Amino acid sequence: MSNVKIPDPDFAKSIIDAGGKTLDLCYQCGTCTGSCPSGRTTAFRTRQLIRKAQLGLKDDILPSEDLWMCTTCYSCVERCPRDVEIVDIIILMRNMAVQKGYLAEEHRKVGRSLLKIGHTVPASDKLKQLRVSMGLTADPPTTIADPKAMADFRKIMEKTGFEKLIGGA
Amino acid sequence: MAADKFALFLGCVAPLRYPGIEKATRELFKALGYDLREMTGAGCCPAPGVVRSFDQATWLALAARNLAIAEKQGCDVLTICNGCFGSLYEANHMLQEDPALLKKVNAILAEVGMKYEGKVRVRHFADVLFNDVGIEKMKQKFTRPLDYKVAVHYGCHFTRPTKLKHLDDPERPHILDELVEWTGAKSLPYADKNMCCGAGGGVRSRDGKFALTFTEAKLKNMKAVNAQFIIDVCPFCHLQFDRGQKDLPGYDIPVIHLAQLYGLAMGLPESSLGLEAHEIKVTL
Repeated sequence: MSNVKIPDPDFAKSIIDAGGKTLDLCYQCGTCTGSCPSGRTTAFRTRQLIRKAQLGLKDDILPSEDLWMCTTCYSCVERCPRDVEIVDIIILMRNMAVQKGYLAEEHRKVGRSLLKIGHTVPASDKLKQLRVSMGLTADPPTTIADPKAMADFRKIMEKTGFEKLIGGA
Repeated sequence: MAADKFALFLGCVAPLRYPGIEKATRELFKALGYDLREMTGAGCCPAPGVVRSFDQATWLALAARNLAIAEKQGCDVLTICNGCFGSLYEANHMLQEDPALLKKVNAILAEVGMKYEGKVRVRHFADVLFNDVGIEKMKQKFTRPLDYKVAVHYGCHFTRPTKLKHLDDPERPHILDELVEWTGAKSLPYADKNMCCGAGGGVRSRDGKFALTFTEAKLKNMKAVNAQFIIDVCPFCHLQFDRGQKDLPGYDIPVIHLAQLYGLAMGLPESSLGLEAHEIKVTL
């Protein structure tokens, strides 16, 4: 039967070991789903995602769109009667998905921007002019204006494997 | 750390999209007698929704680098963005609570000749205004009474997770409403006020149309109470509401960051508020 899902018993353990220690505490009440703004207009169900994680349905979770529906608003975390750190667990599973190569092109672009200028968004000439007209420096005094700082920023990303992870600069 | 100085953390969206937020913050804190130090060479916080989602170890190391820059200045960090506040506050919490993790991160920072000792505190500017400056001192600085009726948007990472941040009530926050009303403006009640703008968690960059469904739901409720402005404390929420309305016919509520509103109440010239960077025209 093609729709039989094979659980990976080590998956839940790997989440717990990575810092998602509260995963086992979930008793499936569904308060998270009822609080989730993403779930209002889509089929995303937080409770279901957490249950799949507990069961070790790794192949269901890691390639899924569901994993990226969360805006990390913490509505679920604030209301969870078991103090399950739902957002932290989702983030850990996203890290695992990215390790497996599941990373949207749009997200790769954000990663490349960080590698290039140390910021998520680029500057524009119009913006620089506006900054100067207000008495600010044309570039903010950050990595964008400081080659040495940018080299350090990038070196840290090399050391942690980020550059390789997002598929290079 | 000294109470009269802060290391100003700029982040990405404020300096590179809405520099009026940066300018107004600098003027506001100068007028209040604070010494704002530059965090020269700081980078992205890094963004909690994207970078942390891709690789938490990278997120933590880059956040630690930013914290180390502030620590060297002998200052606590002042943030003007919920995302920066969220990332730096949570990374700082993890590093301060776990000496083994701090050691691991410092091994990476050592590669660029830096070290973080876990000494700084990360603050949100609205927290500083509410809890350190207070209504009496703030009101002395206001010269222009504002009589606007506005919709306040807290954004998610200012107060949440409340278990870590202890700033306000999780379901009925009041800090931002009060800060706005100190100026004379009226903070309107509206349905689903605590809902997210839709931008966070990497959702805006990955699926902008989906993010806009959140934005539209909020705008609908703000419009229903005839809000003249949206007041936020986060440049990313600010961007989502301001640019989002270009793609949402029927909505044109101008968006103002609290630092800009306070600049206005203090009588700063409009040219210091950077309103021309806004997509939705701000008519004061």
